[in-house]
Amino acid sequence: MNGDPVLSVSGLSVTYDVDPPVRAVRDVSLTVGQGEVLGLAGESGCGKSTLAYAVQRLLKPPAQITAGQVVLHGTPGAAGGDDVDLTTLSPAEMDRLRWDQVAMVFQGAMNSLNPVLTIGAQLADVFARHRPGMRRAERTETCGALLDMVGVGADRLRSYPHELSGGMRQRVMIAMALALRPRLLIMDEPTTALDVLVQREILQEISRLREELGFSVVFITHDLPLLLEISHRIAVMKGGQVVEVGTASQIYHDAQHEYTKRLLGSFPSLTGERGDFVRKGAAV
Amino acid sequence: MFTNRKSITGLVILGLFALLAALADVIAPFGPLEKDYTALKQPPSATHWLGTTHLGEDIFSQIAYGTRGVLLVGLTAGVLATLVAVIVGVSAGFLPGWRGESLSALSNVFLVLPAIPLMIIVASQYDDPSLFLISAVLAITGWAWGARVLRAQTMSLRSRDFVQAARANGEPLWRIITVEMLPNLTAVIASSFVGTVTAAVLGLTTLAFIGVIPITNLNWGTILYWAQQNGAFPEFWWWYVPAGLAIALLGAALSLISFGIDEYVNPRLRSAGERARSRRRLQKKRTKRSPV
Amino acid sequence: MRLLLRRAAFYLFTAWAAITINFFLPRMLKGDPVSAYLQKNQGKVSPEAADALRTLFGLDTGKSLAGQYLDYWKLLFSGDLGRSFSHGLAPVADVIASALPWTVGLVGIATVLSFVLGTTLGTLVGWFRGGRGDVIVPVATFFSAVPYFWMGLIAIAVFATGLGWFPASHAYGKGTTPEFSAQFIGEVIAHGTLPALTVVLASLGGWVLGMRNMMITVLDEDYVTVAQAKGLSRRRVVFAYAARNAVLPQLSSFALALGFIVGGTLVMELVFSYPGVGKLLLDATNAKDYPLMQGLFLVITLTVLVANLLADVAYAALDPRTRQGEV
Repeated sequence: MNGDPVLSVSGLSVTYDVDPPVRAVRDVSLTVGQGEVLGLAGESGCGKSTLAYAVQRLLKPPAQITAGQVVLHGTPGAAGGDDVDLTTLSPAEMDRLRWDQVAMVFQGAMNSLNPVLTIGAQLADVFARHRPGMRRAERTETCGALLDMVGVGADRLRSYPHELSGGMRQRVMIAMALALRPRLLIMDEPTTALDVLVQREILQEISRLREELGFSVVFITHDLPLLLEISHRIAVMKGGQVVEVGTASQIYHDAQHEYTKRLLGSFPSLTGERGDFVRKGAAV
Repeated sequence: MFTNRKSITGLVILGLFALLAALADVIAPFGPLEKDYTALKQPPSATHWLGTTHLGEDIFSQIAYGTRGVLLVGLTAGVLATLVAVIVGVSAGFLPGWRGESLSALSNVFLVLPAIPLMIIVASQYDDPSLFLISAVLAITGWAWGARVLRAQTMSLRSRDFVQAARANGEPLWRIITVEMLPNLTAVIASSFVGTVTAAVLGLTTLAFIGVIPITNLNWGTILYWAQQNGAFPEFWWWYVPAGLAIALLGAALSLISFGIDEYVNPRLRSAGERARSRRRLQKKRTKRSPV
Repeated sequence: MRLLLRRAAFYLFTAWAAITINFFLPRMLKGDPVSAYLQKNQGKVSPEAADALRTLFGLDTGKSLAGQYLDYWKLLFSGDLGRSFSHGLAPVADVIASALPWTVGLVGIATVLSFVLGTTLGTLVGWFRGGRGDVIVPVATFFSAVPYFWMGLIAIAVFATGLGWFPASHAYGKGTTPEFSAQFIGEVIAHGTLPALTVVLASLGGWVLGMRNMMITVLDEDYVTVAQAKGLSRRRVVFAYAARNAVLPQLSSFALALGFIVGGTLVMELVFSYPGVGKLLLDATNAKDYPLMQGLFLVITLTVLVANLLADVAYAALDPRTRQGEV
């Protein structure tokens, strides 16, 4: 992990324009380094998913970005140097960057795949859109390679989503997200709906791919102990604000904020003192 | 479910028609078949708001009195059909095995049978069918759709936790259906009732227009029947236009109520309206930092 | 596949039910006009025709009900639906055969057109939910409540008699004989436009509203958000992701509505004096031509069944989930 950031969020605020208005994200500033895994932790409703959507400008009315910037660094071919403020782009420009630079793995692959199209078709339309020069045969081959890469197998290209298990569908989502080799992958609770064994496999897969391809990851989950294992740095959110940011080791040993401490203390262990927990991490 | 704008509009219009029917004696200036030989085929005027027929009958009065036939038959047919739909549909959804399947097959058969030919054939058998009989014929052809929807809903409720809990508790079947399930089915039942009434109104007026239902039953379709039989086309628009408009208006009111119920049941439709308003506000205040 | 077999079995069952109802129908009707007719016209009715009529109407009291039922089936399989009283004892099957194509053509074209137009319009209105397109909702609601036949009357008054753009009735000009010539086809189109237009306009509203609601429901699904996140073109998201899914329930309700559509069109044939099975049925009812009525009911029901089956096939083709056992 070297020093140049990939993404810088500064002072971002998102409000739901309902009656009364709900400030889902308040003045959030974060950076994501190259090749880094940034964990985003917090309870449900703290605004982590909203933040993820806002960064990619996927918010739908009544949600709107009311302040702040989201700067993507080192974007090739960007006007005015290498930095691009995503909040100021036109929809067409944003669409071009989507998936190519920043991709997302959504929560609950149950419903994230179009039930009436084959897996292959859903992988291929990414290429059809972003790599118009590619020919059909090449597209099919690449899609097959993607499925092999995540362990689903190229023979599943013609399958429909309902023919796959939950774990396989999640892998397909990961394959789809990595199709254009983005520099930043945002993962929103990617393993929450899966059983623990499959969870472990998926995480190992992501880890392996990250080492191979070198992308950064923003990993969103409520499962703090999991983040302690896999992240380099962790940001804790509560009520739309980031209350603490630190390396995994810092958060584990030396949490500063009250809420962080409470969060840490709420994952019970089967042995040891009260407030202890026993997940042995490797990546810390 | 009855407080959103669509439902209220529909209910108001329906209410106006109901008032018209109930107070026809007071509101209508003439009796429906009262003939005035000095004013034949007159266009709308101060005395005859919607003009007169070829026999000098006041069309407005005919429409007012005709409302009774329409509403009575419509509502009766709706009640009958919904009753059958609830009994058959809920049972079909709840009973396991061949009993549920055969009830489902029964409703599917009635669903596919074309209603109007059947109604024509059956209604033409009777010389002077009572209102109840007409309603019954309409109900027979109209219950199946509601039964099918209710069956689907019941099946999805059946596997829900609170029903399982009730069964595990040993609650008797009739109690499970009436106390646990029916309250959750009210929206669907209401929607199905409204739909059936709409179909009954259309069916009644159609049958009357064809002449299959004898003219002793005065409703808007009967007015159109007379209009057609007595050469109202195309010049005497005041004779045939209002009746059709009345049918359309009543149908629209019922549809609005149905949409209101739909929006209540399907929260995505409800929030679509909120989103729309937000989007409009958004577009008005475009700033440099363009929101999504 | 299994689902289609199940549906086919269901349709066979319904066909059987319809035929059985048809069997009982005249036996439930009042009076016995058939016997009266037979007595009055003893010399003119051939023995086979008389036999057929007796079987159809349960007049051969010598046989048991079950025996009559079997005879009825035998008769149907030989294509004999009896003789029509009001058509000079012509075979009912022939009378119906000359009228059926008109109805199927008119209803078929108009309904499919209406469905396609309505669904497309509904897709656009649903996609731009909250935009100016929403004004279509009250308009469509009103139009969907207008009875077909009334709209037909207005159409005639305005376009035929008033403006003289289209002929007011019948399928082709008086005195023209049906043949495969350009002139005849031109006349058919000219005469058929107004009825078809009426059906299309009257049923358009329902499809628009239904599709709009389905689109709004589908647009909240995760896979649509994913499609947008992938940066796909708006056209692809609307059609391949949203509309492809939203149209499925619409197709189901299309199948269900077929019976109703046919009914409404029948009355419309009366308004336009269009020589289809609807007008035939109404004329038969007025003339108390029971054999024709019975035959018509059967044919109409079976036609609706076939149309339903076709709609089901279309649904199975579009929804891959149906291909695997139960949905």
